[in-house]
Amino acid sequence: MSTDTSSPLGDPGSNGRSVESLETVAIRFAGDSGDGMQLTGTQFTSTTAIVGNDLATLPDYPAEIRAPAGTLAGVSGFQVQFGSSDIYTPGDRPDVLVAMNPAALKANLKDLEPGAMIFVNSDAFDARSCEKVDLPPTVLGDGTLDAFRVFEVQFTTLTRGALEGSDLTTREKDRCKNFLALGLMYYCFSRPLEHTEKWLDQKFAKKPDMAEANKLVLRAGFNYGVTTEAFAVSYKVPPASIAPGVYRQVTGNTATAMGFVAAAQLAKSDLFLGSYPITPASDILHELSKYKRFGVRTFQAEDEIAAVASAIGAAFGGNIAITTTSGPGLALKGEAIGLAIMTELPLVIVDVQRGGPSTGLPTKTEQSDLLQAMYGRNGEAPMPVIAAATPADCFDMAIEAVRIATKYMTPVMLLTDGYIANGAEPWKVPDVASLPDLTVHFRTEVEGFQSYDRNPVTLARPWVRAGTPGLEHRIGGLEKADGSGTVSYDPDNHEHMNRIRAEKVARIAADIPDAEVIGDDHGDVLIVGWGGTYGALRAATALLRRKGHKVSFMHLRHINPMPGNVERMLKSFRTVIAAELNLGQLRHLLRERYLVDVKGLNKIQGQPFKISEIVKKIEAVLETPSQEAVL
Amino acid sequence: MTAVTVAPNPVKLTRSDFKTEQEVRWCPGCGDYAILAQFQKLFPTLGLPREQFAVISGIGCSSRFPYYMNTYGFHTIHGRAPAVATGLKIMHPEMQVWVITGDGDGLSIGGNHLIHALRRNIDLKIVLFNNQIYGLTKGQYSPTSEFGKRTKSSPFGSVDTPFQPLSVALGAEGGFVARAADREQKHLGEVLDAAAHFKGAAFTEIYQNCPIFNDGAFAPLTEKGQKEANVIFVEHGKPLLFNGGTQGIIFEDFRPKIVNVEEVGIDKICVHREDGPLGYHLALARMHAPEFPTALGIIRRVERPSYDEMVNAQVQTEIEKKGRGDLHDLLNSGHMWTVGA
Ligand SMILES: Cc1ncc(C[n+]2csc(CCOP(=O)(O)OP(=O)(O)O)c2C)c(N)n1
Ligand code: SF4
Ligand SMILES: [Mg+2]
Repeated sequence: MSTDTSSPLGDPGSNGRSVESLETVAIRFAGDSGDGMQLTGTQFTSTTAIVGNDLATLPDYPAEIRAPAGTLAGVSGFQVQFGSSDIYTPGDRPDVLVAMNPAALKANLKDLEPGAMIFVNSDAFDARSCEKVDLPPTVLGDGTLDAFRVFEVQFTTLTRGALEGSDLTTREKDRCKNFLALGLMYYCFSRPLEHTEKWLDQKFAKKPDMAEANKLVLRAGFNYGVTTEAFAVSYKVPPASIAPGVYRQVTGNTATAMGFVAAAQLAKSDLFLGSYPITPASDILHELSKYKRFGVRTFQAEDEIAAVASAIGAAFGGNIAITTTSGPGLALKGEAIGLAIMTELPLVIVDVQRGGPSTGLPTKTEQSDLLQAMYGRNGEAPMPVIAAATPADCFDMAIEAVRIATKYMTPVMLLTDGYIANGAEPWKVPDVASLPDLTVHFRTEVEGFQSYDRNPVTLARPWVRAGTPGLEHRIGGLEKADGSGTVSYDPDNHEHMNRIRAEKVARIAADIPDAEVIGDDHGDVLIVGWGGTYGALRAATALLRRKGHKVSFMHLRHINPMPGNVERMLKSFRTVIAAELNLGQLRHLLRERYLVDVKGLNKIQGQPFKISEIVKKIEAVLETPSQEAVL
Repeated sequence: MTAVTVAPNPVKLTRSDFKTEQEVRWCPGCGDYAILAQFQKLFPTLGLPREQFAVISGIGCSSRFPYYMNTYGFHTIHGRAPAVATGLKIMHPEMQVWVITGDGDGLSIGGNHLIHALRRNIDLKIVLFNNQIYGLTKGQYSPTSEFGKRTKSSPFGSVDTPFQPLSVALGAEGGFVARAADREQKHLGEVLDAAAHFKGAAFTEIYQNCPIFNDGAFAPLTEKGQKEANVIFVEHGKPLLFNGGTQGIIFEDFRPKIVNVEEVGIDKICVHREDGPLGYHLALARMHAPEFPTALGIIRRVERPSYDEMVNAQVQTEIEKKGRGDLHDLLNSGHMWTVGA
């Protein structure tokens, strides 16, 4: 993103062919669901990673699988921000919009700053298509877009021209036009074509004519940039100074899946996933279903209740057991999670949060399941809750979830969200030897075995793999006598067990790192965040600090229990603001727990925070500290 | 990870090896006692060591069962036992996993899990104790209670059409579908033994008397003097005879019909086939006293590969084909690039 409010793309009036250097650029590719925008964006991202920029991406696709063509509901977008310095978000507002049709233009116009570049497929701006989305048919020439730098490119005509003489049908040819846009963007931002060419060869290994056609169009797009007067200026974004190492792209969902495979290997156990498809969590199920070679068994259950219940059965069998879902599915799992708490079995529940309540906004992001994760069960049912900060962080947090679950014999809730689940970032691939040892010590000794005998430090009960000779025992949802594990209705035992279950979770606080803090440990404003807002909050904090404000940012990966430095931090700032994509759920937890008058910075639009809106709000708070900050 | 049906060195176990310290807490005269006795008699004969058994239940009087069996046991939550058992069985295909459920637990709240376990053919031995009432919650009508039944929650008579558990099981692609009664002890033991040896999902309905809330529901089938005319014990390859062999069942216009053997001759009587057509099994399962004799025994027994077997075979094949997965390779896959020092 550009830290400046004006367009980073320089003065449109420069003459002659020149290359200008930029620090960051955000491009949004937008078109019909069928236009291949996700693919175009992903290719641009891969090439950009290879040339050494730091980056972050945000796909934004419609909830309907195939909304009517050319409508606003059918617009699919992919935004990538890349730069020569650290990139924490996909960018507030795109500097460049590629719009494949009037709907894509209309849907995204409101997000553009004056001076932004717009590349439109002028072939698609016929009267009918414009009418469909209430744009005047003259929109490209009537001054509506005067605030922007508009490049009208005949994507369709140029594509067909490049494929003259090819045997493809017109329809097939037209489907290549996204590669024209991609080629042109490669020219404008000085990226090489090789990576995408290689990818096309692989992807269409069995259909060489398709590979050839797309390559031709890609090159045509690039060459169009080279030869056309309008593109006298092109831009380069020098590589970022990134720590040396081997990198790959990961989305949050892929990182989550790999994190669990890794955790099971580190635990020397097999991984079981019970899941029921739900957006935006399904990709974790898809990923893990591929990893049979790692001994992973995935079970697509008949509903979320069966999904979590099967995982509990697998945990009883002594396996690393997980279940993945989103908000509505978590609501169904509540009773069974209580069973895992009662039977003190290790289990990880992943909730990839989306807009709620009910079906809500299935493809949009939100952080509104925090209180459900904390409290959404009958009885006193405490459990650890942790949250991943970025796509790559999902890998580490999956491992952390398994570590806590197996060490303390408890279910653990791992929260991610649609934004980091689908967003991607470069990830420095860790050395396997550097990952923690999670070896599980199953109870096999028969002598003196009691199913609720506790480790005096962790309060964990022994984990027995079902099938172990001599340790046959019964567990269940009825209250158990501490120690022996037999059913008990004794009043004192029940109170004791409730307190033990709470204490067990509380003790984890001593076994987790301090919350990450950006900035000083005292000052005027402390922004507190959790989960996928990390990037935006961190970048906003950096900006505010550069302007001289005494603002710090504390990010919570562990939410229950909270890390040891939280209280001290909350009490060392004049104003504390919990910034989250809900109406104040972390705020509620902090106030309740620490009796600090935490303010809220809240947004609940299905969209991530923009850095600018955080900065604006915090600056307002700095001016009049007493005001409630509610976005 | 191959499934063990008979251990190589059969372990010598007795009935008392399967008893637990827990005091059995069903009401005096409850049919559940007789069922428990048959289980404790059966398990030592199956040639498996004790640790290879798991007994998993939901919630209900019947679902207290695991506490009384000295095996791995799990008293889960209402209706979800088949799902918990599925997770265990997938990861431990070598274990023999039993699911104990009730008419409410299995057909009301847990109906979804029951039908899916059956269609997947996961190798679970599912036993549904049907007392046609909610016992544990003290006597509301259940999904198997007869139409018009008056209970605390249906003082004017229930207007619910009941499920027939075997119809549900057959419709859900159950490969092993059987019925037994608590009072027919020897027969019950034989049916459970057959279920234990079936590879795949085995569904057994047991008519179980609840003397407290639904006493005598099955009296016509279990009382001397009535049962002879009201029950037909079906056996593979044998004609469908009852009432001391004097009466039998034939099919006419696709419908069962009671005939006197003397009149039609034994050759005309329908011979039971466990691998017969589903329509026949359905017709047989749906005969009920007093219009027809109620069938007890194995209605259907047709094996097909089990879910757990196939899931684990996929894992084995992948490992054999490509080698055991290596974490380093997994992390270092996809689109990679190197940033130099
Ligand atoms: C989620 C949930 N809902 C309701 C109950 C209350 N409940 C316990 S057992 C039961 C019905 C049991 O009937 P059945 O399965 O026929 O078992 P029986 O007691 O007759 O053996 C009900 C409704 C519960 N334990 N959990
Ligand atoms: S209520 Fe009925 S089913 Fe339950 S234990 Fe008593 S007799 Fe048995
Ligand atoms: Mg019942």
